[in-house]
Amino acid sequence: MKLIKTTSLNAAHRALGAKMVDFSGWDMPLHYGSQLEEHRSVRRDAGMFDVSHMQVIDLRGAGVRDFLRRLLANDVAKLGRPGKALYSCMLNDTGDVLDDLIVYYLSGDWFRLVVNAGTADKDMAWIAAQRDRFALRFDLEPRRDLAIIAVQGPRAREKTWRALPQVRARSESLGYFHVAQEADIMLARTGYTGEDGFEVILPAEHAEQLWQALHCHGVAPTGLGARDTLRLEAGLNLYGQDMDETVSPLESALAWTVALTEARDFIGKAALLQKAVTRQLTGLVLLDKGVMRSHQHVRCGDGDGVITSGGFAPTLNRSIALARIPKAVANGGTVEVEVRDKWLRAEVVKPPFVRNGKVLISVEC
Amino acid sequence: MTTPDNLKYTESHEWIKQESDGTVTVGITFHAQSQLGDVVFVETPAAGRTVKQGEECGVIESVKAAADIYAPLSGEIVAANPELVDAPEKINQDPYSAWMFRIKPGNPAELAGLLDAAAYQKIADADKH
Repeated sequence: MKLIKTTSLNAAHRALGAKMVDFSGWDMPLHYGSQLEEHRSVRRDAGMFDVSHMQVIDLRGAGVRDFLRRLLANDVAKLGRPGKALYSCMLNDTGDVLDDLIVYYLSGDWFRLVVNAGTADKDMAWIAAQRDRFALRFDLEPRRDLAIIAVQGPRAREKTWRALPQVRARSESLGYFHVAQEADIMLARTGYTGEDGFEVILPAEHAEQLWQALHCHGVAPTGLGARDTLRLEAGLNLYGQDMDETVSPLESALAWTVALTEARDFIGKAALLQKAVTRQLTGLVLLDKGVMRSHQHVRCGDGDGVITSGGFAPTLNRSIALARIPKAVANGGTVEVEVRDKWLRAEVVKPPFVRNGKVLISVEC
Repeated sequence: MTTPDNLKYTESHEWIKQESDGTVTVGITFHAQSQLGDVVFVETPAAGRTVKQGEECGVIESVKAAADIYAPLSGEIVAANPELVDAPEKINQDPYSAWMFRIKPGNPAELAGLLDAAAYQKIADADKH
């Protein structure tokens, strides 16, 4: 028997006529009519995503900060004081990626992780096992009582303040990757679209009220389909596609998140330092007509590669991809991608493709 | 009306319209475009190509997936819709006007084997669940 999980916004999605799909065991909205229109709403105005399937994990108590410095490849010491957030990979002992996550420093000895839905159970088990390995006793609590709504787009913040006036004072001067709390609401200036905006974490029983208020202020309900094309244009990795337990962050365009140079030891560090980096994760823009998809083969002069995420980029009106290819292939070079039995030409470009509504790459066909 | 009565259909979600000049026009159904989501790229067969019933002869790529298009009848491709190159979204907007290609049937007996609207509607309904 397979049980499908639902978020507190499930009825709201269905009332909006969403096309629902099974995403990592969760019944989630793929789109509410047109994925392309939802994508454009986020680039031009504001859209909202129910991402309550992602797992909030609270870590509280003595030793948590030092524990996270061991657990994560990025260094939470960079957070300095409460109110800041950090993107990091969590590695296994072989230096490969167990998950990617955001860690929020909320207060004194309280840190909050938001991890992927599909890896949540594995992550909890791993973190608990590491806590035992280091003989620590802090509280480790998966928060299924919370919902997460991401509001993204150039007008996302202003519309969030209209729907949720009580958070305005605390969040008006909030910088990127900073986080604020107002009563039982956590508001972070983070996201997964390449646009400005907030991710709001709040008690699940209040989620529908906020969703409806945002809708009244013209924030477009946006499904996981547009979330995927938005993050792909923004050059942001998707766990399970662009990296997983078999690949190093250094071959996943995530070297910037791995604090390797300092003295600090962390899980996976020793293995990472020994591994040769022969591949890179980078961007492709299709020069011919067609659509690149994940798992398609890439033929480069210096060896072969594979598309990890591919699709149609609405902002560019052409197909783009993330691909893992030999490290020697330079930006601006041309490779070939096997799209449905044909070899099509693609140009190698450094992601992101789009940020803050602007196209950042130029290609000549 | 998502399954017009005046058309014939295939189990692979193509619609077929018999024209007065003896050719047939082919597109994909309302149900098919709805399952695919926003269409972003269409590849149609070249005029002059000879196809067999059931042969792959085109591709529709949506934001979500790629779908093969099959020739509903054997015969010769006599035209492809040039509008779809720059406006693939027409398939979502009006799937029964946004035709893909025309065939001059080589074996008119095959026409009798196509589905009528009621039979296709049953397949589409079953597919949704």
